[in-house]
This record gives sequence, C-alpha cells and structure tokens, in this order.
Amino acid sequence: MSNNFVDIQNMSFYRGDRAIYKDISIQIPKGKITAIMGPSGTGKTTLLRLIGGQLKPDSGDIFLDGKNVPYLSRKDLYLVRKKIGMLFQSGALFTDINVFDNVAFPLREHTDFSEEIIKDIVLMKLQSVGLRGAAQLMPSELSGGMARRAALARAFALDPELVMYDEPFAGQDPISKGVVVALIKRLNESVGMTSVLVSHDVSDSLSIADYVYILSGGNVVAKGTSEEIRQSNDERVIQFLGGLPDGPVPFHFDAADYQLDMNMHVNDGGRLK
Amino acid sequence: MKSIQYIGSASLAWLASFGRGGLFLFQVMFHKPKSLSSVFSLLFKQIYSVGVLSLVIIIVSGLFIGMVLALQGYTILAQFGSEQAVGQLLALTLLRELGPVVTALLFAGRACSALTAEIGLMKATEQLSSLEMMGVDPYRRIIAPRFIAGLICLPILSIVFSAVGILGGEFVAVGWLGIHGGSFWSLMQQSVFFSTDVVNGIIKAFCFAIATTWIAVFQGYECEPTSEGIGRATTRTVVLGSLSILALDFILTAAMFGDF
Repeated sequence: MSNNFVDIQNMSFYRGDRAIYKDISIQIPKGKITAIMGPSGTGKTTLLRLIGGQLKPDSGDIFLDGKNVPYLSRKDLYLVRKKIGMLFQSGALFTDINVFDNVAFPLREHTDFSEEIIKDIVLMKLQSVGLRGAAQLMPSELSGGMARRAALARAFALDPELVMYDEPFAGQDPISKGVVVALIKRLNESVGMTSVLVSHDVSDSLSIADYVYILSGGNVVAKGTSEEIRQSNDERVIQFLGGLPDGPVPFHFDAADYQLDMNMHVNDGGRLK
Repeated sequence: MKSIQYIGSASLAWLASFGRGGLFLFQVMFHKPKSLSSVFSLLFKQIYSVGVLSLVIIIVSGLFIGMVLALQGYTILAQFGSEQAVGQLLALTLLRELGPVVTALLFAGRACSALTAEIGLMKATEQLSSLEMMGVDPYRRIIAPRFIAGLICLPILSIVFSAVGILGGEFVAVGWLGIHGGSFWSLMQQSVFFSTDVVNGIIKAFCFAIATTWIAVFQGYECEPTSEGIGRATTRTVVLGSLSILALDFILTAAMFGDF
C-alpha cells in the first residue's frame, strides 16, 4: 500500500505548443503538508486542476488514492472528488447564497445530517476562520480576504482526506494569515488531513510544510523537506527563496529582443507626440 | 481557394459545436437525480426566476398585440362586411402562431439571455469549477433545473400570452369598436378546436422551449470565461434562439397545418 495520497508519474501537459509540464513526477504523502512553490505562470494552479481531474494530461499518470484520475469515468471522477476539498484562488463562493449556506453546501449535498447538526458543524467551521459573525452575510458583502476564509471553511467542511489550497494566504492581513497558517497545520495534525499548499509566501509555507516542491519551466527544480530546501545550493532555489531579480529563473515571460520589439534605434531621435 | 477553406472549417466547427451540444443535452437529461425533494426545490427556484419573472413582459406584450390585431383585423374585415369574425381571426392567429412564436422570442430575449449570462458568470468566477471539485455535478445542480424550468414555463407563458391577447382584442373589438359580444365569442368558439389549434400551439411552444433553453444553457456552459466571452455567448443565445424559433415554426406549421 502506497504512502502517497497523490502520485504523479511522468506527466506532461501542453497548452497549444507550450509545455506547462514536461515529464514530471510528484508524490504527495498521506497526512502531510506538501507545498508547491514556483514563479508566477509556472502552472501551479494547473497542477491542482490536473490532480482534481478538471484537466487531462497529454501523457503520464496521476494516481489519487490509488485511482488513475485521467482514466476515470465521469461518475467515478465525481466519487473520487468527494474525498477532496479545494480552496480556489478567487474563493469561488456561490454568490446567490449566504456564507452559512455556502459552508453548509457540501454537507447538504453529500451527507444525510439533520439541519441541527449541519448548523453546529457550519458554525464550528466558521468560528475556526473567525467568520461566525458573518454567517448571514452574502459573499458580495465580504472583503476579498474574508471571502477566501469563508471558502476555506467550505473546503474543509466535510473534513476531506485531501485539501488543496490555492494561495490561501493571499489578501490576508497579518493576524488572519497567522490564524490560517495555524489552522492548516492544526487540521493536518488533528485529523491527519493530506494538504497540498500552492503559495508564493515562502516563509509561511516553509514554516508548516513537511515537503516542498519548487517548480520552474515545466520541471521540478528542487524537492525535499523545508529544511533541505532552505539549505539548498541550487541557484534557482536561492533566487526564488531570496526573491532576487537576477538569476537563472527569468522574471520576463519569453519574448523577442526588447529593443527590436519596441522598434527602438539609438539614432532614431524619436520623441513622444 | 481561401474562401472554400474558410467555409469548410466554419462548417466543421459548427458541426463539432452541434455535436458537443447534443452530447451535453444527453448528459443533462439522462442522469440520476440526488433526491426528488432536491430536484423540486431547485426546479421551483428556477421556475420562479425563468417563468414568474417573465410574466410581466409576456402579459403586457400579449395585451398590446391582441389589441393591435383586433384593430387591424377589424379594419380589413370591415371592407368585406365580416367584422363579426374578428374574434375568430384573433383566436386562431394567437393560438396557432403569434402566441407560441412571440412568447418564445420574448422568452429568448428575457429569460434565455439571463440564463446564459448567469451560467457564464458562474464559469468565470470558478463557481462551476468549485462545484466539480466538491464532487457535485454542475449538469445536475445547475444545468438540468434551468433546462427543465424552461420546458415547463414557455408553454404556460404561451397560453397566458394567447389568453391575455384575446382579452385585449375583446376589449378593443367589443368595448371600443362596438362588435356584438355574443358574435365575437360564438364565432371564436365555432372555429377554434382544442385538439388542433390549442394543442398544436402548445406543442409548438414546447419545441421552441427545447431549442431556446438548450441553446441558452449550452452557450453559458461553453462560453469563454471573460466579460467579452460572456457578452458574445449572450448575443449568440438571442440570435441563434430567435432564428431557430422562426425556422422551427415554419417546419412545425408545415407539418401541422400544411395540406399536402
């Protein structure tokens, strides 16, 4: 029996001619927090969608709890997804129902709990993200950070086996961020939830992650425990963790020569009109 | 050469889209609902949004179209001394043609465009994705209730349109132009048959409902999740919906009332 809840083997994924992933392998161990990090545009959110079966890889396998996701039927895929909770970058709360009903939604869909029990569970989840008082507010009445915390409560409402967090710390004030970091760690420790954490927040991610993958240019450039990543001598890792503009990881998206693109010539003498 | 290539690729794209739409409709219609109570709860919400909220535009339009029909009919029939037959003209025109067709056109503009925009916006704000990731099939939770609500509401709205139109026509013909009320209603009763005129009108409305609501939910689900994409999808819903109503009307009229 594998100890990995998610096992990605030799997976490639293309958007048109552009390779997002080239033959990568990633293992997400059961009951651990795995952070996926890397520069913007590396395809970290795409990776979560591939794990959840919303996108199909061009080649390779993605095993989720022993099931090869790209080859599952629509019915089986929906069964597997009941084991997953996901926090989307935008929060993705349902805008026609209030915060309470948003968090209650997966409970009403997938359990036979009475409304009394659902109410208790929802209030407990909202309390843990500091939004019990906002239960009756509509999503449009929440700030960006509050909406993401409400979405976080919804993501773990069913205490799923796997929770995928897409940028959980974005838009949070320092106090809220501290609470969210502690909450992710607590959920992992108390109920043994497997967590996949996609974030740019280096210090917070490394503080709670058991394993870290750093992706760049469609490949895994580094992997290991948080400590191993901190001690890494790889230039790309040092540049990313230190936030350095110059290094092997390009800041600019692939482009033609700047001067040629801008039609700039030294002796042109052009001026703004 | 390029124009032939363009026609070929456009035809293939249209056929592929039609095929995807067919599969989409099949999957929406043939899936197991979670429970009957959840089906009814979702359905009633959509019937309110798609049907009840469309009542005002349907009633007001029906009233004015009935009144105009009575005025126009009276003017022409009076030239032949047959103005008493205005009730007959009004009822047959509304029940066979204008009721289903105008209701469907208004429905495409008011309700179907809203369906496309709503589903498109749910896609753009990742609400459909979050449903999928929660293990909740959007076909069951989002698409099917809206599609079925359209199938239920449009035929009922068409009946309401025709009934209000006849009342509006009666108001003009009897109340204003002075046609005898007894002649107005008795000639109408003699010439309108339930099994042919009323039922055929309802069948037409049902066929229009399938076409327009299918186009609306499919365009919303398939749209590019950007503001321009949603705008284009909404326009396509109204244009394709209206054209399909008119084309279907010709086919259905030929099949129902054509004498060949």
